[in-house]
Amino acid sequence: MAKAFAKPICLSDQETHYCPGCTHGVIHRLVAEAIDDLEIAGRTVGIAPVGCAVICYNYFTFDFQEAAHGRAPAMATGIKRVRPDLIVFTYQGDGDLASIGMGEIVHAANRGEKFTTVFVNNAVYGMTGGQMAPTTMPNQKTTTSPFGRNVEEVGMPIRVAELLASLATPAYITRQTVLSPKHILKAKKAIRQAFQYQVDNRCFSFVEVVSTCPTNWGMTPADAIQWAEKTMLPYYPLGDLKTPESVEEA
Amino acid sequence: MSKVLMKGNEAIGEAAIRAGCLNYFAYPITPQSEVAEYLSRRMTEVGGVFLQGESEVAVSYMIFGAAACGERVFTTSSSPGISLMSEGISYICGAECPAVFVNIMRGGPGLGGILPSQADYLQATKGIGHGDCRMLVMAPASVQEAVEMVMQAFPLAEKYRNPVMILGDGLIGQMMEPVSFRDDLKVPPTDKDDWATSGMDTRKSTKRNLVKSLYLDPEALNAHNLKLKAKYDRMRQEEVRYETYNTGGDYRVLIVSYGTMSRVCRSAVDALKARNVETAMVRPQVLFPFPEQAVLDAASKSSCTHVLSVEMSMGQMVEDIQRSVQGRRPVHWYGKCGGEVPTPEEVMEAVEALLQS
Repeated sequence: MAKAFAKPICLSDQETHYCPGCTHGVIHRLVAEAIDDLEIAGRTVGIAPVGCAVICYNYFTFDFQEAAHGRAPAMATGIKRVRPDLIVFTYQGDGDLASIGMGEIVHAANRGEKFTTVFVNNAVYGMTGGQMAPTTMPNQKTTTSPFGRNVEEVGMPIRVAELLASLATPAYITRQTVLSPKHILKAKKAIRQAFQYQVDNRCFSFVEVVSTCPTNWGMTPADAIQWAEKTMLPYYPLGDLKTPESVEEA
Repeated sequence: MSKVLMKGNEAIGEAAIRAGCLNYFAYPITPQSEVAEYLSRRMTEVGGVFLQGESEVAVSYMIFGAAACGERVFTTSSSPGISLMSEGISYICGAECPAVFVNIMRGGPGLGGILPSQADYLQATKGIGHGDCRMLVMAPASVQEAVEMVMQAFPLAEKYRNPVMILGDGLIGQMMEPVSFRDDLKVPPTDKDDWATSGMDTRKSTKRNLVKSLYLDPEALNAHNLKLKAKYDRMRQEEVRYETYNTGGDYRVLIVSYGTMSRVCRSAVDALKARNVETAMVRPQVLFPFPEQAVLDAASKSSCTHVLSVEMSMGQMVEDIQRSVQGRRPVHWYGKCGGEVPTPEEVMEAVEALLQS
């Protein structure tokens, strides 16, 4: 019988530490599948964030660096500039990318650094116990917004994909999600496309993935998926916001 | 060997290239922006990498990423910018990667001033980053010495798998002096296949490399810190460097001074000698590790009654000197911090005031 599905080669056998219902596991697999498919593990360097995925390097079998909080895009820049032949990706959460690391991601994208970023948006700071993130939804309760995010006080959530898509430098900017098998298949395609652009030495590629955090949202995994579909997807629309072709046509 | 007249900042940039470092990331800040301006052109000529990052914070991580994949890389900055790199340097120390940092010191604290100072001594030698991290700190007193120290810094960084700092001051960066680039100081890079994230294919290996500084297990973190400590202890054994001046006679005051300040002190020692006042100087060339034994030996001369630290800071080196002399001699300080370099006459007055007190 032909094998229909297998663990990706470049995903390690290490059991992950993530919570039940966490979407990191799925996203890690999609990244590993893309790298397997493109046969690039031998020249890939991943950069781990500070967040729940801080030890994600334990789950991949190729070279990895561990960044300081928010600084992965700067490290990726350093690697790509001195070794443009390497395939480099950053894997970052809301705090890492959209808060402390906002400067680094905007400037890397604007310079057109040819690495790939996977941005896991689950509207909360996971590892540190559920504090408010720049991506936290209005009225969403977190440990540092116990009465709900008050947009009068702290503003609206940031749509990072749109922000980066507004830059003039060509890039691949897309927002996906892993809330259902149908969505996961689209996310898989987008992540592979992002890495393909890097293999083609084309542009900066960015995949925002709307994700759940059942533990810090105080929900079951199934309820978390429903909440994300109902509350996050209308605010964080899915699809390709920008491709290098769309800039060239403009 | 041919000499060329060069501005310190430009010579420092050229020295890195001559040392075989073809990668430079930096952010402009007075008084060292000329390094970036020079290298933005020169790196292109030699097929190297030049990138102006968006901040010193970002630059310190560009350095980290590049160093971690096994390439020689350096940056230059000045005091406030070095503060911004502090976190990155701690990470690089923890991850054991080689890298070279140059601090062309300016007045502080805060925005301070743009004129020369030596007020980052404690930051460089004691507190460059959080945790038990240290870096080798070299202090040139001339553009020629800066060029030589930059060239030596790369193999030293690789020897210890640790950042190395060249601590210059605004004068070193801005003044023009004759320079010759010594080919004998160029050392080929070490083999980094056992740790660098250079890509498995590059290493022709199926073993991946991981560069990190996180050790959640307390025993593992303790073991890691003991390993780092052993490196710093080895630096203390092997990297002490200093010069003495006029220590042959019966001097009454021992001056301790480094960098361009030491050249002013040298003139003061000579002028005092002409007035029959004997003084001597120990000039540390490496600040960490500090030349404790040399300072102790020089201060212990029976004729010597005082030790005087002369610095363009509020006396940041005094504690290291006090520790070195182990209470045998009183340690005093003279200095200015606003950017005006003390003159030989002012140093002489400080010495004479000491002798009269």
